[in-house]
Amino acid sequence: MNQGDDMTTELFTGAEMVVKSLSALNVKYIFGYPGGSVLDIYDAIFQQDEIEHILVRHEQAATHMADGYARATGEVGVVLATSGPGATNCVTGIATAYMDSIPMVVLSGQVATSLIGNDAFQETDIVGCTRPIIKHSFNCRSLADIPDAIAKAFYIASTGRPGPVVVELPKDILIPQNKGTFNINTDVKMRSYNPNVKGHPKQIRKAVSTIKSAQRLVIYSGGGIVLSDASHLLTELVETLKAPVTNTLMGLGGISGTHENFIGMLGMHGSLEANKAMANADVILALGARFDDRVTNNVEKFCPNATIIHVDIDPTSISKTINAHVPVVGLVDVVIQQILDELAATDFTPDEEVLAPWWQQINLWRNMKSISYKQDENEKIKPQRVVEAMYKITNGEAYVASDVGQHQMFAAQYYPFEKPRQWINSGGAGTMGFGLPAAMGVKLAFPDKHVICITGDGSIQMNIQELSTCMQYNLPVVIVALNNRSLGMVRQWQDMVYGGRHSSSYMESLPDFTKLAESYGHVGIKINTLSELDSKLEEAFSIKNRLVFVDVLVDEKEHVYPMHIRTGAIDEMWLSKGVKA
Amino acid sequence: MRRILAILMENEPGSLSRIVGLFSQRAFNIESLTVAPTEDASLSRMTIATKGDDKILEQIVKQVNKLIDVIKITDITDRKHLERELLLVKVVALSDKSRTEVKRITDIFRGAIVDIGKQIYTIQLTGDADKLNAFIDTLRNETEIIESVRSGCVGIARGEKALRI
Repeated sequence: MNQGDDMTTELFTGAEMVVKSLSALNVKYIFGYPGGSVLDIYDAIFQQDEIEHILVRHEQAATHMADGYARATGEVGVVLATSGPGATNCVTGIATAYMDSIPMVVLSGQVATSLIGNDAFQETDIVGCTRPIIKHSFNCRSLADIPDAIAKAFYIASTGRPGPVVVELPKDILIPQNKGTFNINTDVKMRSYNPNVKGHPKQIRKAVSTIKSAQRLVIYSGGGIVLSDASHLLTELVETLKAPVTNTLMGLGGISGTHENFIGMLGMHGSLEANKAMANADVILALGARFDDRVTNNVEKFCPNATIIHVDIDPTSISKTINAHVPVVGLVDVVIQQILDELAATDFTPDEEVLAPWWQQINLWRNMKSISYKQDENEKIKPQRVVEAMYKITNGEAYVASDVGQHQMFAAQYYPFEKPRQWINSGGAGTMGFGLPAAMGVKLAFPDKHVICITGDGSIQMNIQELSTCMQYNLPVVIVALNNRSLGMVRQWQDMVYGGRHSSSYMESLPDFTKLAESYGHVGIKINTLSELDSKLEEAFSIKNRLVFVDVLVDEKEHVYPMHIRTGAIDEMWLSKGVKA
Repeated sequence: MRRILAILMENEPGSLSRIVGLFSQRAFNIESLTVAPTEDASLSRMTIATKGDDKILEQIVKQVNKLIDVIKITDITDRKHLERELLLVKVVALSDKSRTEVKRITDIFRGAIVDIGKQIYTIQLTGDADKLNAFIDTLRNETEIIESVRSGCVGIARGEKALRI
């Protein structure tokens, strides 16, 4: 520690270094909750005005809020939590970010270094707890570690395949009694971490020759397109090849949902045409997608006739579940550009004679209109109808943050996203309670845009305390709860697989959500019948400066279709009750 | 199939736990694991003996490589390499006959008796896993094994090939 012999050198506490490091990394918001071990950091935050701290009501919400902010902006989301329960409350949010490759830095307090391992008050080994669900973590043990760890945390979180990084900060390196000089190098270089950027030229040539040889090509693109802002390049590639393109749940918005070459989402609740096209393809070009089990269905039966080109930044994703014939490791935006360049260099023109029969076949599948529902005027409101109404009112331009369950799938199916980052959902982890705090993070970043939290009566109650945070920071999101008085997706599985035995899947004591919202100072709107749906939704979206909680009573018997038949191939699907594709 | 993986990584607190955690998290098998700092104290060198088919091995190598602390990993099984393990074994050595026999077996295996007690010999032996197994089997026929400890294998490629930064 510098003892101050050099009078020109300013000395800082560890807590000040934390805040100065974040400032140096252009952080605008920290999402967090104070507690004993981080009070010095909170004191340092209080005494500056470059970074705003958002006080949540539960640390899990801080992680989801930082996550939603990161997904919408592409920046690193920053969380601050105290040691022990504060840190463990972050675990679900860290896992959520990890599964979806979201850049996030979680600063966790820790008891003083002298107490570590002593089962001290509010001591938890958070680095140990989070080890399987982080990209990396740092145990700071001295003042000098702080700027270096935070700079590296941001670098690691935001480069390569992004992900959450935990930085543990013991109390004794934060307190005013210890001071040191502050130096931060934001141009991080690490000998052990150099993520690949460009695809290997030989693999690019191989990929392009495989694409050219294809008779029935499908582009299967995932969250990587969104994360690397490669949407325009994907669109250019699709239009150059005139190929059909399907998105994963995480990839929605990677190409416009209304693009004529877009054949819908694939997978468990994907469109028939997307899954059929995959099953019948002779070449699949996978771009920033990871052949998740919710996409593939039974891997033994997965697209047996297809040659698979797999582009991903993470080598572990390649040939993990499905063997890739042409693996390409690299950033997906860079690799698509390389593919486009190689196509241009070899004078590629799409062969209409090859494309015509393939599109003819795809259009036959499209005409079966697998994404459809029946709404009788006198019946209960169908949840799909609500999503369609929201789409119309917001011109398809809203940010839609979703919770997890049936409503999530209906939103994915019936709200065609125009742009990437519009669709904010927990795809990999499937975390109920994600929607509201994620929507709040988006609204903070884009206060002038429509931000919808689509949720259900189950999910919303997993982080409903954040209605209070929304009031404190004026975050007027529109919450639309598709209220079916049950845990819809659980109930659907119980209907389909468990003989209709609704074990613990219905909610017998729901609150009046509109009154609950009102008690926090928000606006509540209840929609009971179809005739009032459109007008009341319009009213909700016309209120710009207050949070509106729209509680829509929907048909509890509605199931999400299409749906994969378990253990079947990717295109073996239920189209409606008892009807197979 | 048994594979020997050589890993060069940052000698940071927690590095070992990341490797061990990864293996248990992804249900990979660890037969043995050895680790110690190299001549450059900022680096650790680890040798892992594991089992799995080609697909699992590919995942193990990729997943280990993905850890931020890991600088390099190579599978040295199929290339010319040296593999050594240290065994310390404590055996009953009561009668003259059994003492002589234990000494003879130890000499044949080029081991060394490194400690003696009133009724015991402690023997040191290095070699690959097969040699150590054969030695233990032979000893067992001759006398009673009281205690044994094996280091787990360390491995290094032969010739010019080197795992370094």
